[in-house]
Amino acid sequence: MPKNLEKFNIVIVGTGGQGLITLLQIIAEAALFEGYEVRTSELHGLSQRGGSVEVHIRFGQKIYSPLVSQEKADLILGLEMQEALRGIYFANQKTKFLLNKQIILIPLVKNLTETEILKNLKKIGKVILIPAAETCQKEFNTNVVAGIYLISLASFKNLIPLKPNSISRAIKKIIPEKYLELNLKTFKLAKVY
Amino acid sequence: MEEILLNKPGPEGKPTASYGVNKKIILLGNEAIVRGALESGVQFVSTYPGTPASEIGDTFFKLSQSGKYKGHFEFSTNEKVALEAGIGASFSGLKTLVAMKNFGTNVALDALIPFVYTGTKGPTVIISADDPSCHSSAQSEENTRGISYLAHIPTLEPSDSQECKDFVKLAFKISEKFKIPVMIRTTTRVAHQRMPVKLERLPKTAIPKGKFVKEPKRFVTMPPRVLEMKKELLEKIEKVKQFSEKSKINQICTGRTCVNSGIITSGVAFLYVMEALRELNLSLPVLKLGFFYPLPEEKIKNFIKNPAPASGAGRGLKKVLIVEELEPYLEKEIERLVYTGWREGWSPKLQIFGKSLIPEVGELKPEIVSSAIAKFTNKKYKFANFNLKFPILKRSPQLCPGCPYWLVFGAVKKAVDPKKVIFGGDIGCYMLAGLPPHFLQDYLSCMGSSIGIAHGIKKATSPASAIASAGKQKLITFIGDSTFFHAGIPALINTVFNQSNPLIIVMDNRTTAMTGHQPHPGAPLVPNGIKIEEIVRACGVKNIKIIDPINQEEFIRAVKKFLEKSEVSVIIATHPCIFVAPKNA
Repeated sequence: MPKNLEKFNIVIVGTGGQGLITLLQIIAEAALFEGYEVRTSELHGLSQRGGSVEVHIRFGQKIYSPLVSQEKADLILGLEMQEALRGIYFANQKTKFLLNKQIILIPLVKNLTETEILKNLKKIGKVILIPAAETCQKEFNTNVVAGIYLISLASFKNLIPLKPNSISRAIKKIIPEKYLELNLKTFKLAKVY
Repeated sequence: MEEILLNKPGPEGKPTASYGVNKKIILLGNEAIVRGALESGVQFVSTYPGTPASEIGDTFFKLSQSGKYKGHFEFSTNEKVALEAGIGASFSGLKTLVAMKNFGTNVALDALIPFVYTGTKGPTVIISADDPSCHSSAQSEENTRGISYLAHIPTLEPSDSQECKDFVKLAFKISEKFKIPVMIRTTTRVAHQRMPVKLERLPKTAIPKGKFVKEPKRFVTMPPRVLEMKKELLEKIEKVKQFSEKSKINQICTGRTCVNSGIITSGVAFLYVMEALRELNLSLPVLKLGFFYPLPEEKIKNFIKNPAPASGAGRGLKKVLIVEELEPYLEKEIERLVYTGWREGWSPKLQIFGKSLIPEVGELKPEIVSSAIAKFTNKKYKFANFNLKFPILKRSPQLCPGCPYWLVFGAVKKAVDPKKVIFGGDIGCYMLAGLPPHFLQDYLSCMGSSIGIAHGIKKATSPASAIASAGKQKLITFIGDSTFFHAGIPALINTVFNQSNPLIIVMDNRTTAMTGHQPHPGAPLVPNGIKIEEIVRACGVKNIKIIDPINQEEFIRAVKKFLEKSEVSVIIATHPCIFVAPKNA
């Protein structure tokens, strides 16, 4: 990747409990490994009890704001498809949506279908739909690592200007020993997508 | 976690080695506060958890548990008690840090104001974390900066993690130099921001031993001495102001081209300003204020008179934009400086913009600041504003699957007709009672208030002659175990003392769940915490039941029975949070 990258803006959207802060930490460490300035923003407390969550990661040569500006995201990572719509606020015509093909139902209301969601997202940016949760479930009998799968895939497919090696180094740094093997396997699985 | 203690200087080019000085590591704002305190050699830390300040206590707790931090650390019963503990430590000569969220500062205020009068012996720093937009704060969108004026407490506002660390160190130095406590006010986007922070050396630590030396003239606030103290305090503040005038944390970030327009800003808003100037391709002079109180008034005036001193001849500003979150404290102060300038022969023709372009409600965002600066400089800044044909669904926070509160709410709904009963809410996970599918919350205010307000409602709605009967409007309150210890007990005593009959359900899940599962007096790390039922009984309550809500029938029966009582009743619903380790359950 060119070192003259001015800035790269990522917004991750999902629901509380999907591990958004861990993904944020991994991307931030990977960006630091590559010598970039990096700033992130996240929310804790009641705001993460299963409700809608969004976290912001920005890296590049000079970064001031920890928050991504409206319509200024380069990459929107949707860990849940309905939540991905929330990312539209940060999207422009060049924005890429990298989506986990998974809908977590919201109780007591009419939920949106995959077709409806994709139709709307495609009007705005480029959409890449990945069956991350399904793939991980099949391979590891758990989809808790779907997010790790997505960010690993993003680095292998150049959707995120960070080397896969930096992502795997960051995984080793951030993920506790107990879960490291599963996460590294997930990283490798994303390579062969 | 280990990284926060890095200290050894190491060889170049060994990225994973345990070298630390001058190394940059990514820290959360709150972790950077901890590192700053450690680099300052902090010896006594007390806190009550509250988002967005919780990770300060959590980090010290872990360091303390693992023996890596040798000073005193405690989760206190509430913020007032935490500050009082800190005051005692300071009076005994220890370097002290007390951390809390904004509302905690309100609870601690009674202890804070006299502490600024007496001043410190051991340097003392108080962290207060605001939450603009109320991401994790139910009760109000508080701007704690008002307390700085009320208490005359010097206050610093960091913008990011690096400044969190640097400002904590500076705050300890100011406290040491002027013998006054210093407050650091963060906000969610500072406390929960991550960035690489440059580490400096950690001092050698030993188990601290304070010594209280009697100095009644210094530590006793009583008239007539207290008025002398106030005079001394105001003199002290004048000296801190002189320090603030010279301090580098109030800095001019001068643009290359001076165009008669400048910006004054502080906190996280500074970062949005810098981002906006880049976005709009502008280079205006910016005065960033690290001190909120006392303000460096001369520096501000000089900035207005000559915003680009480096560029040679001074041309004064014609327009200034003040970019600050929430209430316009800076704006009012700067207006005062400018509009009273004539007294010293200074009458600038300056237009002041602030809340006319920047919202007073809700946190700032980079796009809000960019739009405001664009308007301020007559530039264009437009959004595509993609119009979706359907609304994006709102996903509310939920009680965790398996949370015992589901059982309590379920039983209550079976025991009574929710339409006919008043439900009092309090601060904790159980305030989700107000959301679907529960709808069991008719009022919500501050910590412990479910009981205090319940008493008032019961007295107001039951005429004195009818107090012997149950009263027409029945009332049930929900209050958590940690909240009960924090502020519920005096309110409970009041229901006994002044005779009212709400049904109080203490949601005892054996932890302080919402803020990240911290211990509390009823659920300490060691066995034998203080038993809630013993406190309730000692307060004079006669109708008490301890029920695991898994026993639904028993719970329903107790609710029905207690609602008919003419005195206050308490059900302690004991069932551990799903995240609590069995030893504490």
